[in-house]
Amino acid sequence: MKEETHKEVNEQAPGVESPGGRRNFIRKFWGWIGLIAGLEMTWVSLTFLNGGKKKKESSETSYTEIARAEDIPENSVFPYRAGRLYLCHLKDGGFLALSLRCTHLGCSIGWDKDQEEFRCPCHASRFSITGTVLNPPATRPLDIYPLKIDNGMIMVDLAHPAPRKSFNPGQETKA
Amino acid sequence: MANKQTNFIYHIHPEKVPASTIRFTHTFGLGGMALVLFLLQIVTGILLKFVYEPTPDKAYDSILFMQNHLLFGHYIRNIHHLSGTLLIFVALFHLLRVFFTEAFYGPRSSNWIIGVVIFIIILFSNFTGYLLPWDQLSYWAVTVVTQMLSYIPVVGPELTSFVRGGKEVGAATLLTFFNFHTAVLPFALIILLLFHFWKVRQAGGVVVPRNRNHNGKGIIPVVPELVVRELVTGLILLAVIFLLAVFIDAPLRERANPAYSPNPAKAPWYFLGIQELIMHFHPFIGVVIIPVTLFTLLFYLPCFPFRIRNTGIWFSSSKGRKMALISALLALVIHPILIVASEYLIHFNTWFPSLLPVISGGLFPLILYSIIFLLYLFYIIRRYKPLSNEIVQAVFVYFLVTYTVLSITAIFFRGPGMALMWPWKIS
Ligand code: HEM
Ligand code: HEM
Ligand code: FES
Repeated sequence: MKEETHKEVNEQAPGVESPGGRRNFIRKFWGWIGLIAGLEMTWVSLTFLNGGKKKKESSETSYTEIARAEDIPENSVFPYRAGRLYLCHLKDGGFLALSLRCTHLGCSIGWDKDQEEFRCPCHASRFSITGTVLNPPATRPLDIYPLKIDNGMIMVDLAHPAPRKSFNPGQETKA
Repeated sequence: MANKQTNFIYHIHPEKVPASTIRFTHTFGLGGMALVLFLLQIVTGILLKFVYEPTPDKAYDSILFMQNHLLFGHYIRNIHHLSGTLLIFVALFHLLRVFFTEAFYGPRSSNWIIGVVIFIIILFSNFTGYLLPWDQLSYWAVTVVTQMLSYIPVVGPELTSFVRGGKEVGAATLLTFFNFHTAVLPFALIILLLFHFWKVRQAGGVVVPRNRNHNGKGIIPVVPELVVRELVTGLILLAVIFLLAVFIDAPLRERANPAYSPNPAKAPWYFLGIQELIMHFHPFIGVVIIPVTLFTLLFYLPCFPFRIRNTGIWFSSSKGRKMALISALLALVIHPILIVASEYLIHFNTWFPSLLPVISGGLFPLILYSIIFLLYLFYIIRRYKPLSNEIVQAVFVYFLVTYTVLSITAIFFRGPGMALMWPWKIS
C-alpha cells in the first residue's frame, strides 16, 4: 500500500502543468513551512535554555583571601576545602593553588604527608606537590587557580580554575 | 459481537493470533512486563514528585522527610527504585529474546532499532534518577560518569560542562537531570513505545518459525486467550514487586559533599563495566571507541547480510547453540585472567613513559586484546565452519559475557582505591 502511494507521487512529479503537479508543489510548500517552523522553535528553545545558564557564570575575576604567606611552611600544602583547592608552598618558595579535582574522573584528592604526594581515592592516581602526574590513570596535571600575593596575603580567583599541559615554574607566584 | 472493552483491545491486538505464539516460553512475556514496569515508574514517579524538591539544599531533606514522616513514603521510593532496576533487566532479557529468535529482520528491522534506542533511554532514565537523592553515592557517581565524557576528542570538555551546566556537578546539573528524568525521557519513551507496539502489529505480530503455516486450527482468538495471560503475567509481576519492596530499601547515604569523595567512588552498577574498562584502557578507548563500536554494531545488526535466516528458532540451530555456549565459556575464562594480568603484570603506561598516554595506555592494550579476540574468532570458525548468523550470535554472546564479567568485577571485587580484592575483604 505505502509503496504504491510513493510511486504515484513520483510519476506525477515531472508533469509540472498537471493538477497533480500543482498539488505536489503545494504539498512541498507546506513541508518547507513546517521545516522552517521546526527550526525556529528549536532555535528559540535553545536560546532560552542557554540564556538561563550564562547569567549564573560570571566572567569577572574576583580574588578571595585564603591565608597569610608566612603561615604556610615551605614544602607543605594547605587544604582550603571551601574553595576546593590546595595551596602548595614549593621548596623554591613559590606558591601554587591546585584544584582538588583529580584530572582522571574528578574525585577529590587527598595529601599524603609521609609520601609527600597527592593521592586519589578513586583509581589510585598520584600527583606531586606541583600537580604533576606520578602515577596513571590520570593523564594530565591538576588544574590551577589564578593566585596573587598582596602584602603577604594570598588571594585566589576561585571562579576560574584552568587546565594545563604540564608544570612550569612560570605558574608559581612568589611572595 | 464486540462490546466497548474488546473494541479497545483490538486497537492493540489483532482478533486472532497463532496459538504457538502465546505459549509463555515463546516470548516469556518480557515485552509486556517491561510495559507494566514502565507504567509503574510513571505512577510512583508522579507520586514522588509531589514531595521531592530538585535543589541541592532541599533534595536530600525532601527524601529524608519522605522516608521518615510520610506514611508509605519509604515504600513508594522502594518500589520506584526496585522497578527501575528490574526494568533494565527485563528490557535486556527482552532484547536477548528478540536477538536469539532472530526477530530483527525484514519487517521487524526498524523495530529492533527503535528497541535499542528505547534501551539506551531506559539506561539514562535510571542514571538521571540516580542523581536526584543528592547523597554521596549519587553526587560522585554522576561526577565520575560525566567526567568520562570529557575524553571525547575536541568536544569532550565542553560536553561535560554542558551536561553539568557548569564546571562541577551542582544546582544546574540537578535541575537538568530532574527535568530530563521526569519530563523529557518519559515523554520520549511514551512516543517510542507507541511506535514500537504499532510496528509489532505492522509486522503481523511476533515472530513464528519460518515455513510453519497456520491455516486452520493453529489460530485462536485473542480475547480471552492472550489477554488473560497478559493480565495474569502483569499481576504476578506487580505482586512480586510490592512484596520485595517491603524488604529491599532504596539506598541513601550521607548528604552530598563536594569536598570529600567516598573511597571507592563508583558509577551506578549498569555503567560499572565501563568504569572497569578504563582501569585497563586509556579513557578515550574505554569510554568512546569500545562502547561506540559495540552500539554501532548493535544498531547495524538487521543490516548484516545473512544468506540463511533462522527467524523464530531459538539460537538459530544446534550448532549455533553449541558455539554460543563455547563463546560464553571462553569469555568467562579469558577475561578474569586478563583483568588480573592487567592489574599486576602488564603496565604499558610505565613501560613506555615517553609515548602519549593514548598510545601506551590505549592503543597497545587494545592491540593486545584484539589479537586475543581474533584468536578466539579464528578458533570457532575453524572448528565449526559456521554460517554468518551463527558467527554473529557467538560474538554477541562473547561480548555479552565479557560485559557481565567486567561489571561483576567492578561491583564485587573492587575495594578502596578500586584495588582488586575478594568481596569478603571489602568492609
Ligand atoms: C523508565 C522510567 C524510570 C526509571 C528507570 C526511573 C528510575 C529512577 C531511579 C533509579 C531513581 C533513583 C531512586 C533511588 O535513588 O533509589 C529515580 C528517582 C526519582 N524518579 Fe524516576 N524513573 C523513571 C521514571 C520516572 C517518572 C516518569 C517520574 C515522574 C514523573 C519519576 C520521578 C522520580 C523522582 C521524583 C525521583 C526522586 C525520588 C527518589 O530518588 O527516590 N521517575 N527514578
Ligand atoms: C520498555 C521497553 C519495551 C517494551 C514495553 C516493549 C514491548 C514489546 C512487546 C509487548 C512486544 C511484543 C512481543 C513480546 O512481548 O516479546 C515487543 C516486541 C519486540 N520488541 Fe520490544 N519492548 C521494549 C523494549 C525493547 C528493546 C530494548 C528492544 C531491543 C532492541 C525491543 C525490540 C523488539 C522487537 C524487535 C520486537 C518484535 C519481536 C517479534 O516480532 O518477535 N523492544 N516489544
Ligand atoms: S578519579 Fe582520580 S584516579 Fe580516577
